[in-house]
Amino acid sequence: MSELLQFLLSGVTVGAVYALVALGFTIIYNASDVVNFAQGEFVMLGGMITVFAHAAGAPLPLAALAAVVATAGLGVAMNKLAIEPARGAPVVSLVIITIGASIFIRGAAQLVFDKQIHSFPAFSGDDPFRILGATILPQSLWVIGGAVAVFIGLWLFFTRTLLGRAVLATSNNRLAAQLVGINTPFVMTLSFALSAGIGALAGVLVTPITMTSYDVGLALALKGFAAAMLGGMGNPKGALVGGLCLGLLEGLTAGYISSQYKDAAAFIVILAVLFFLPQGLFGRKSTDRV
Amino acid sequence: MKTFLTTTALVALGLAAPALAEIRIGASISATGPAAFLGDPELKTLEMLVEELNAKGGINGEEIVLVAYDDNGDPNKARTFATRLVEDDEVVAIIGGTTTGTTMSILAVAEDAEIPFISLAGAIDIIDPVKPFTFKTPHTDRMACQKIFEDMQKNAITKIGMISGTDGFGASMQAQCKAVAPDYGIEIVADETYDPKDADMTAQLTKIKGTEGVQAVLNPGFGQGPSIVTRNYKQLDVGLPFYQSHGVASDGFIELAGAEAAEGVRLPGTALLVAGLLAADDPQKPVVDAYKAAFEEKTGTPVGTFGGYAHDAFLILTDAIARAGEAEPAAIRDAIEATTGLAGTTGVYSFTAEDHLGLDLSAFRMLEIKGGQWTLVE
Repeated sequence: MSELLQFLLSGVTVGAVYALVALGFTIIYNASDVVNFAQGEFVMLGGMITVFAHAAGAPLPLAALAAVVATAGLGVAMNKLAIEPARGAPVVSLVIITIGASIFIRGAAQLVFDKQIHSFPAFSGDDPFRILGATILPQSLWVIGGAVAVFIGLWLFFTRTLLGRAVLATSNNRLAAQLVGINTPFVMTLSFALSAGIGALAGVLVTPITMTSYDVGLALALKGFAAAMLGGMGNPKGALVGGLCLGLLEGLTAGYISSQYKDAAAFIVILAVLFFLPQGLFGRKSTDRV
Repeated sequence: MKTFLTTTALVALGLAAPALAEIRIGASISATGPAAFLGDPELKTLEMLVEELNAKGGINGEEIVLVAYDDNGDPNKARTFATRLVEDDEVVAIIGGTTTGTTMSILAVAEDAEIPFISLAGAIDIIDPVKPFTFKTPHTDRMACQKIFEDMQKNAITKIGMISGTDGFGASMQAQCKAVAPDYGIEIVADETYDPKDADMTAQLTKIKGTEGVQAVLNPGFGQGPSIVTRNYKQLDVGLPFYQSHGVASDGFIELAGAEAAEGVRLPGTALLVAGLLAADDPQKPVVDAYKAAFEEKTGTPVGTFGGYAHDAFLILTDAIARAGEAEPAAIRDAIEATTGLAGTTGVYSFTAEDHLGLDLSAFRMLEIKGGQWTLVE
């Protein structure tokens, strides 16, 4: 019994990390249908900037805030310098541009920071909570809390605010959105800033668990992307549920079948889900008029 | 025409080089890319040592010129650079091959050209079977397994659980440990793996903890994985003796895992890691102290095992050139093979025609972490 619970808690810990990364994909995708493959680099920057600001003497909360703001700024720069000049290009080209941006950021991070692995202290110490013989670290609760908070924030943003709806409108039809008076370049800039900020926040929260180095972004983005696809790209609820499902699948496979097949089992389930529900669990049905 | 001119210029330079009484040593190191944390200190070490030696007047009055390329951890690039080192740069020996993959590419070129080659990578396949021109400085993962099992034997441990990374290092050591375990009467009753980028290994550790009869746990791997495993080990309160591999033998490991979680962890490490604890009459003490002081002053970062591999390769090579009395590849090769009792940072090297690694188990020191510090287990 306590074993099952430990497998579940392990799965939730990992799942919350995936969910937090997956949530970052949501906004840019909603604004432009572009899957931003530099999202993992935003997560890396969140962690790395916090580490270096903290090492330079800044208190942890201030370092974290600086990391989120700086990364959001970088997101804006990426939009202005790489995405906007290619405005008319098809979505596939923009996706490839984001891959290029991710390689660039990774390379720059190697030079600006270093090539070592870093971490900073967990927010609430390392003494695990015990629940019926199983354990979970306080930092995992921070990650889960962060994922839920970002999810609620995004859900309110997209359904309750005019700006959020403007983002969705831009994604549906950019020309029509412009015609009704939406400032679409601003929406794009905003979506990059928010996505980068959420990515950096994810980096800040997960670094005490996963540690960070200049190259962690790729692996995190891959799992986060898988989680977002499983849940339905662009839907915050999908990102949250997809991330947790992926984590639980891995935890239970490692516990009951074999840790060798952990990743394979997770991806088989994702393939099966996408086979029957190509839009993911909560994806919107797209109806293209021809 | 232009190409022709450049080529002639290059050839002219290449031909002119030996006349200047300098010894050209080549290196292909992964200073950037996925193996950067290994290659970066290696390259810095080589550059520092060349500078040091030239300041002292070089070898037999001849200046050392280091021709170093960054192969990015890519075996294809390593092959290209090795060819360039042999054909264009006309080096007399090659140091490098940060990873086993890049080593294998360079090895083929060096053996073909009959140029001595000293590898900085771990795999036993590099020198087993022995190839005439290839040597290596790091101990093998098989030796690490043997050292760990020796310690387990002393503590009457016969049944262990293993949790290994699925990266090249972890997978290779896992296989080697499984191969030598029966020699020490050790049975592996639980065998789990994790991806090096995983965030949580409590599921695997819970399984090992629940396996009947496990007396100790061994974690082959490097990078952040072992730090996370160590933290999870503490989180789950497994309470059994816990062994790590030489892959994490650095102060960074204690820092990342946290002193509290790392308390009591044992691992085989090199003398370099415990420089301050070595006995005054230890043969490795002078060389370890000198390298540590020089490297830390030069780079401002703590020395690590990997930079030490490059240090030893350079030491073996320059020692051989000095003894050979001439910088000819064949003479250097013979001199390297005749090296006996040369103390490096990794161990004391004695090569023979059958042994191109030159180290035995005494090169490893069994270490235990106590109160956030390394201590020697005797």
